[in-house]
Formats: sequence, C-alpha cells, structure tokens
Amino acid sequence: MLRVIRSVITCVGLLQMFMLVPAYGQTSGETSVRDEISQLAEADFDGIADVITSLAATGDPTVAPVLHALRAGDIYWRKSDQLVVRAEKIPKRMLRLLDPLTGAVIDEVKKRKVSKVKVNNTLRRTIDTALGNLTLRSPDRIVRLDAAAQLFKNRDPDTLPILDAALAAETDDDVAAAMREARAAILLQDAETSPSDARTAIEMMIERGDSDARNVLAGYAPKNAALSLAAEEGIATIDRSLRLWSYAQNVWQGLSLGSVLLLAAIGLAITFGVMGVINMAHGELVMIGAYTTFVVQEFIRTSAPYLFDMSLFIAAPLAFLTAGLVGICIERGVVRFLYGRPLETLLATWGVSLILQQAVRSIFGPNNREVGNPSFMSGAFELGGLTITWNRLWIILFALAVFVFLLFVMRRTMLGLQMRAVTQNRAMAANMGIRTGWVDAMTFGLGAGIAGLAGVALSQIDNVSPNLGQSYIVDSFMVVVFGGAGNLWGALAGAFTLGIANKFLEPFSGAVLAKVLVLIFIILFIQKRPRGLFALKGRAVEA
Amino acid sequence: MSAVKGERAVPAPQAGHAATLNRRRLLNTRGWTFLLVLAAVAVGVPWLNATGALPDYAVSLVGKYLCFALLAIALDLLWGYCGILSLGHAAFFALGGYAMGMHLMREIGDRGVYANPDLPDFMVFLNWQELPWFWSGFDMFWFAALMALFVPGLLAFVFGWFAFRSRVTGVYLSIITQAMTYALMLAFFRNEMGFGGNNGLTDFKDVLGFDLASQETRTGLMVLSAIAVAIGFLICRAVVISKAGKVIVGIRDAESRMRFLGYRVEGYKLFVFVLSAMLAGLAGALYTPQVGIINPGEFSPANSIEVVIWVALGGRGTLVGAAIGAVIVAAAKTVLTGLFPEAWLFVLGGMFVFVTIFMPRGVLGVWDAMVDGMWQTRGMDPRERRLAS
Amino acid sequence: MNLLVLDGVTRSFDGFKAINGLTLTVDPGELRAIIGPNGAGKTTMMDIVTGKTRPDGGIVRFDGHDMSKTDEAGSARLGIGRKFQKPTVFETHTVEDNLLLSLRDNRSVFGTLFSKTDHAARIAELLALIRLEDRRLDLAADLSHGQKQWLEIGMLLAQDPKLLLVDEPAAGMTDEETARTAALLRDLAGDHAVIVVEHDMEFVRALDCKVTVLHQGSVLAEGPLDTVSANEQVIEVYLGR
Repeated sequence: MLRVIRSVITCVGLLQMFMLVPAYGQTSGETSVRDEISQLAEADFDGIADVITSLAATGDPTVAPVLHALRAGDIYWRKSDQLVVRAEKIPKRMLRLLDPLTGAVIDEVKKRKVSKVKVNNTLRRTIDTALGNLTLRSPDRIVRLDAAAQLFKNRDPDTLPILDAALAAETDDDVAAAMREARAAILLQDAETSPSDARTAIEMMIERGDSDARNVLAGYAPKNAALSLAAEEGIATIDRSLRLWSYAQNVWQGLSLGSVLLLAAIGLAITFGVMGVINMAHGELVMIGAYTTFVVQEFIRTSAPYLFDMSLFIAAPLAFLTAGLVGICIERGVVRFLYGRPLETLLATWGVSLILQQAVRSIFGPNNREVGNPSFMSGAFELGGLTITWNRLWIILFALAVFVFLLFVMRRTMLGLQMRAVTQNRAMAANMGIRTGWVDAMTFGLGAGIAGLAGVALSQIDNVSPNLGQSYIVDSFMVVVFGGAGNLWGALAGAFTLGIANKFLEPFSGAVLAKVLVLIFIILFIQKRPRGLFALKGRAVEA
Repeated sequence: MSAVKGERAVPAPQAGHAATLNRRRLLNTRGWTFLLVLAAVAVGVPWLNATGALPDYAVSLVGKYLCFALLAIALDLLWGYCGILSLGHAAFFALGGYAMGMHLMREIGDRGVYANPDLPDFMVFLNWQELPWFWSGFDMFWFAALMALFVPGLLAFVFGWFAFRSRVTGVYLSIITQAMTYALMLAFFRNEMGFGGNNGLTDFKDVLGFDLASQETRTGLMVLSAIAVAIGFLICRAVVISKAGKVIVGIRDAESRMRFLGYRVEGYKLFVFVLSAMLAGLAGALYTPQVGIINPGEFSPANSIEVVIWVALGGRGTLVGAAIGAVIVAAAKTVLTGLFPEAWLFVLGGMFVFVTIFMPRGVLGVWDAMVDGMWQTRGMDPRERRLAS
Repeated sequence: MNLLVLDGVTRSFDGFKAINGLTLTVDPGELRAIIGPNGAGKTTMMDIVTGKTRPDGGIVRFDGHDMSKTDEAGSARLGIGRKFQKPTVFETHTVEDNLLLSLRDNRSVFGTLFSKTDHAARIAELLALIRLEDRRLDLAADLSHGQKQWLEIGMLLAQDPKLLLVDEPAAGMTDEETARTAALLRDLAGDHAVIVVEHDMEFVRALDCKVTVLHQGSVLAEGPLDTVSANEQVIEVYLGR
C-alpha cells in the first residue's frame, strides 16, 4: 500500500517537474540542487524519495551522477556537520569524501565519522525512473536513446505518462521509435490495456524480434486470455528469427575461427602440401610474426605515437620478412639435409621449434605481451541480430587476401611456376636450369613468411606469448590433413569447415569438448579419405 | 625410410650349405649385458642408498628413469621395427598412469581432506554425490593393474583398427596420433570427465598397504620398475626375433611387397601397436606411484615427441638403445633444468636437430660402426664379431 | 575353364577412363605378353587383378573367385604373385629371410609369431635356382640390381602361385640376364600361368607367346606377335612411333 502511494507521489512529482521546467538545458541554479542534496542527511526513505523527485525535477544533467552514486550506495553524510558527500573507500577503513557535484576532495575520515544514505529496492526503482526521465529529454540524442532502452528494460507502468510526454516532444525518428517500443512494452505489462493497443504493442514486439521483446510477450501471454494466442504466436515468430540469427552468429563465429585456422594453416599448405615437408616449427614462425608486431608497436609507442593506427601495416611486411628469413635459415640449415625422410624432418623441425620458443622466452620473457588494436580494429557494429567485431571482420578479409596473394604467387609468378616444376619432377627441373636448392629455400621462405603474416593477425585476438605457436600447430595440421595436402583450396575449405563445425558444436558440448569432437571427426574422416577432401586421386598418389 | 641394419642374422661361416636356417637367440651379448646392468641397478642403487652414498630421492629418480626406459622400448618396437612413428605414445603411458592413480585415490579412503570414505577429494569438492561408474572396481588393485594394460591396449586397438585399415601411413599417421593425445589432454583437463581436471590425481597415501612415503616402498617400486623393463625387453625381443618380427620389419621396408606376398599388414601393425601401447601403459602405471601425481599434462603432444627423441638418440631398432636414450635424455633434463633452466629447451631442441642430421642411427649405431671399424682395421670381417654375440 | 577372366571391366580416375570395357581371358599354365603404350592401362589392369584397385564395373574372376572384393593379401593367398617393375625386396633382411617370408606357410600374426618350421631344404633349392647360394646370408640391400631382380623372382616362385604377373622383367638387366629371364619365364609357363607386361619387343619375341595389345584401357588386338605387329591399328598407335 505504502509503495503504491509513494509511486503515485513520485509520479505526481515527476509530472510537476515537466510542467515546471518547460525547456531543457536550462539549469535551476546550483544552489537549489545543493539545497535538495543537503536534505538527504538524516532523511528517511520517504524523505529520500522526495529528494530524488525534486532533484529529477530540476532537469539539471549534473544531478545524474549524484543519483547514480546514491543508487550505488556511495552517498554519505558527515555526522559532525550533516554535510552530504560522495565517498570512496581508501585503505585502513578510511573514506575519502568528495563533493557530490564537482567531485572535489573534501576530507579523508574514519568510516564511523559518516553515515550512509541507505536506499532500498523501491528507492532504486524510483532512482531508475528519475534517471530515465532526466535523460529522456536530454539534448543529446544518444542519451535519449539509452534512456528509452532503459525504460524498455524496467517496464515500469508508472513511467508511462512521462514517456508519453517525452514521445510527444520527440523530433528524432529513431529515438521516437525506441520510445514507442518502450511504450508498447510498458503497455503489455498491464493486463488492463485495451485489446487494440495491446494488439499493436504485440505487433511492435514481433517487429523488434529480440529476446527482450520475447520476454515482454512471454510476460503478457498469461495475463490476457483473449490475446494470449497472438502473444504466443509472436513468441514463436521471434523464436524462429532468433534461432536463425543464432545460426547466423554461429556461422559468423565459425568463419572467424576458420579465418584464423586458414591463416595458421595456409603456410603449412605450402611447406607440407607443396614440398612435403613437415614443419613442426610452423607455429613458432607464427609466434615470430606476432612478436614482430609487438616490437613494431613498442617502437611506435616510444618514438612515433601518431603512427599507432598504421602499426599493423608496418608490422605486416616486417613480419613476413622476419619469419621468411628464419624459415629460409631453417630450410638451408636443417631441412635440406633431410629431404625424402619426412619423419626425420618432423623431428628436426620440432627441435627447431623448441629452440625458437626458448629463444623468444629468453628475449621477451615468459609472460604475455600486450599488443594493441588500432582504432579501425576496435569496437563492433550490429548487423540485424548479429554483433560483428571489427577485428574479426578485418582478420577474415586479411586471411582471404593472403589466400588470394598466395594463389597469385603459385599460379602467375615465375617462382610459382618453378615451385610446381620442382615438386613434380625435381630431376627434370634441375636439368632445365632451375636452381632447385634456391627454389626449395624460397618456397619454404614463402610458407614461413605467410606464417609471419598470420602472427600479425593473431596478435590482435590472442595472447602474444612464447606458447602462441604451440596452441595452433595441431589445429593447423588438422586443417591441412582434412583439406588435403598440396591444395590451397583444400586448406581454404578445410579451415572454414572446421571453424564452422567447431562453433556449431560449442553450444551443445562446450568449447573444449567441441574441439575434441572435431578432432575425433577428423581422425574418422581420414579413415574414409586418407588423403583429405581435395586429394589428388589415382595412381599418381602411390608413386 | 632409411635402412636400419641393427641386429641381423648371425652368419655361420659355412652358411651357404647350412641344412637349417640361422635363428637369432633371444639373448645375445648385448641383451645379456643389458639385463646384467638392470640387475646391477636394482641391487646396487638400494645398497648405495643404504650406505648413504646416494640420497633418498635418487632412488625414486632412478625408478622414474626406468619407467621412461620401458616407454622408450615400447615405442622402439613400434617405430624402430615397424616404422610407425607414434606421436601419441604419451597418451598410453598417461592412461596407464591414470588407471593406477585411480586405484591409489581409492586407497586414500577417508584419509582425504574431506574424509569421505567413497569419494576422492576432488569429487567432494565438485559436489559429486556418488562415484561415477567408470571408477568402480578401481578399489581393487588387480583390477586397476589390469586396466592399466587393458585401457591403453583397447585405445590402441580401436585407433589402430581404423587407421591401419584405411591405410593411413607415414606422416599422416604421426599427425593423427598427435591429434589423439591432444584430444585426450583437452578432455582430461575438464572437471566433468571425473579424473580430477587440471590437478589430476595426487596426495596418494599407500599401495597394497605399503606407505608410499617410506623409503622401503620407493625402493621396492624402483626394483619392480627394473623388473618390468627386463620383462618388457624380453617380450619385445622375442617378438623381434620371431618370424612375425621379420614380417614386421618387412612391412617397415616394403609394405606393398608384404601385401602381395599374402600377409595382412593391418593385423601385424595392430598387434605391434597394441603390444606397444600396453607396455607404455605398464610404464605409466609404475610411474604414477613413484612421482606421486598424474595430471593431464602427461598427455601433452610435447611429451610424446620427447619419447621419440629418446629412441632416436639411443638408436632405433635396437631396443637396448631406446632404453639408453631414455636414461641419457631424462638424466640430462634433471641436471640441466636444475642448473640452467633456460638452457634445457635449447639443448633438447639441439639434440633433435643433431641426432636426426648427424646420428640417424643413434648412439648404439655409432658404437656399432666404431667397433666394426676397429675389427676391419685388424683385417677381420665385422660380421664375425656379431657371430660371437 | 579359364584361370583368369576379365569381362567388360571399367575403372576411372577423376573422369579419366584408365580401363574401359577390358575383356581378357588367360588359361591355366598359359604364357601371355601384354604390350601397349604408356597410359594404355597395363598397370591399372594388374592392380585390379591383384585387388589393389577396385573396378567400377565388370567382372573379374580368378580361379572361380570374384576378385572385385578382395585385397592384395587375399589375391596372393588365392595364388596370384606379382613382380614389380622396380625390384622390391626386403632390403634389411638376408636373402634367405626374404625367401622364408615368401614361402607358403601360415601367414597370420600368431602363426608367424610361434612359427618353428624353417623350410631349409626348399630355400636351398630356390637359392640354387636363382643362383644366389653364396649370397644367402647377405642383406638384400647389398645385392646388385640384377641380383635383386632374381631374388624377387625367387620370392615369387616360393609363393608357388597359379598366376604370375610380371611387370617389365627385363628392365635394367644385361642381355645375358634378359635371355635367362625369358627362358625362365617360358619354363615357368605350364606349371603357372604367366602374364608379362613388357615394352621391349626383343624380349616379347623371345617369349614366343600370345600377345595382347592394350590401348586406352581396352584390347586393341590379340594373337601371335607377328599377326599383331602387322595390324594397321597397332602400328598406328604404338609400333609405328
């Protein structure tokens, strides 16, 4: 009973506020705000409610932080002089007292010198509503949009009149639409809403189609027998679209994971696929690319901070060269002595990988290194029901670009031609004047360089640590084995298939088990097609 | 696959007219030497420990090396003789270790932190109400010991049956065995699996009534490990010198010829794979009580590859060499990680590169070449030296 | 009763018809030479007969058994021996062990594991036949190319097959060895059916047997060498070049 009365009072107070304050942005003077705030000392719940109402009535945007602080329980009053303050905890059971409006430091006192202005749930709701109203008519449209969204979430029938008033005054279409949705949601809270209004509101919820809208309908359905069918159908419609969007989200995340796998595996597709060399140090070449990015960013941070957004463009060619050079060293120093002995190559390159790991650990330390996202890779945007982060999007594009680059190198350049010649018939190629040793080194270097590029991309989404490479090596071999060695398209198909499969399994099985299931699937798949998806067929394979 | 000569038939001087074929003996000089060394370790290490010349921890350390030696012998049978490079042998070792660990967990009984007579501590901690079905029976030692052999053997059988039947060979097989152990590692890290998650199984108290913390028990386990190595060696050696062993080496060298001779290659591979996995499981079962813990880290692909370097360093296709390699690398690891922790991975990595490029036949291979060379400089046929062995 | 029957057999790889409606019969004890240009389907045909490759269609029967469902080991057990173009012996085994592994015996895992029989007499016989008595305890890897060819032939004889498939036996042999090989194959015919795939016309002439010419996966001509080599089509696709 008391609650109802209080909400009526609040409501009336708020209504008064709108009448009293015709235009926004016009402050009622700091002194009146301070007077109101000072009332909080020793106030009971009703008194606090009054203060909240009055504060909201000022329409002064500076009171919003005060209300937030009050809601969070950070407002205190000093026992000695009843001064109302905001307080921060500092060590030794002390509090730092701040001016609630300006944030200026007033004093540091023992906890018992002050008393907290306590709020209960009812008051919190009052504050929310007040804040919603304060912001509903803010001059800033973003603030208004947020306020409308907040009202939609709270769905407090008491705010309906305020919302109506704000809606009437609203000129921005987007904000108005958001407010109408909030209004519809509030209407559906009330079983007494007229059937025609309710029907329109249900339509709007279906239109909105997200899980919040679904909750509104689910709340309404049992309240009104006449319209429950419409609401149920609405829920079903929303469920269907939500399911589609969640599939789409899975596909998107799968593509994203697939692009990472593709980046990690595509260099292998060159060294393993084209040359038949098992390079277990491939992951470490990826790691070298990531550390190159780190070094470039450190350099930019200290000497040319304005270049930070360009850091990846500088790091990419450097990473390609660094990893490529290391790759060429591995080929000339180790791998070339072991051609035709794949298992030995595997072991020797594993040894190289251990050395590279420890070298990086000794130079950069064992801990994760911070690599920053340039501004164009930060944040996210919404596409229908999808949330798309910029860094993932760029990495997908980057992976595809690297893929196309590699296709180009293999098909259209002299190096690519010589590579294919050497792969198909080494002796013949040598007789035709191709320096097979040089081609081997370049091919391996190309694969290694691509691994370095992958490292640049991975530095944006993963921890840059000496273990970076290890975490990708099994996965990337799986991609090559699944896709079929010696075929770039196989790597592409393999990476995206595995990525998407992984993401579709995750909701049912959890991330780790999904990975295990995918590994088991590949192990079984190899039974059926021992040479992968895009394998060469026929007698040639047996040779 | 490069030809690994290693052991071969002992030529009788007038062999061309021999009425019977030359058979290799189960134990040649090298085999006897190996068994004698094992016996010397089993007797000598406890004796030195009793006189105070060796610290207590050294006994368990030797026991641990012996487990590694058995694991290496198991892998050598598979890789050195059959040419199948498993990068997942740590999985069989760890499964054996877990089987024994589960028994040791049950043995703790109500002496755990939560004093629950039925549930191991980690299950109480995770609010499990009852023992999962796959933990039943592990309170009995004989069952756990059986499972330590059976589970790795079963996994090897199922995995091998699929892989060999579809003729996955060489590098592809190596990579999927690595994926297998990787998948198992991920799975065992999960608490829901019921094997203690991250922390694995530990805090063991006793086995068959013997206190695991006492030096007598530790010595006993070390001696048991030495006996297990001897038995493992003899089993592998018996297989290798049999006609089946010849078939297995033939598969390594010319698989398709074996098929066209009418041998079902899959069956032989499967036999070797399963036998090798069971020996690895036995090694793991002995390992767990001696180190006092088994956790999912034992499944890590890096561990499996380390086993391969033991075999490669010692000399593959020799069995004895594998055991030597395991002890050399494990001892080097103990010393170096203690003295220069930064240097260990450099040394291990360098070892992989050096051995594969410069010592493809391993320590024993180099030894054989040296001795052969000495015989030749004295104008004698090195084959006669082997004749004497 | 034919020993080997191929009737309308087809097999394609990625759309390329390696074998296209191949029909061929071989009688028990017959010696048959098969010739044809590269890509005519000779090797694929042998793969199909030995169960290495499954046919897409058609009938393959050997000694009354359907061969389209068997594998290499199965075909060997039914009595088909195959010699590769490149001599394939067990390099790290001794010559006698190579023969021991080839002799008819229990081939199961446990059969060989506990095998006690050593077939010493039979091995000595074979060694005499392939003239490798004094190399008995040497590793096969240490043999010369020609000796490896002989060892492989010895291994096939040890199998005692009903049908021998021989892929270019004369490749890499000296003239004297070639002549000896031709004589040996003629000797073998009668006890065993022998199919020889060969490029060397002199060798085929020395075999003095019925010749089948393959072209694009099917039979182009069949008959004595003189008749076949007079055939217009054969000259066009093969001999004329």
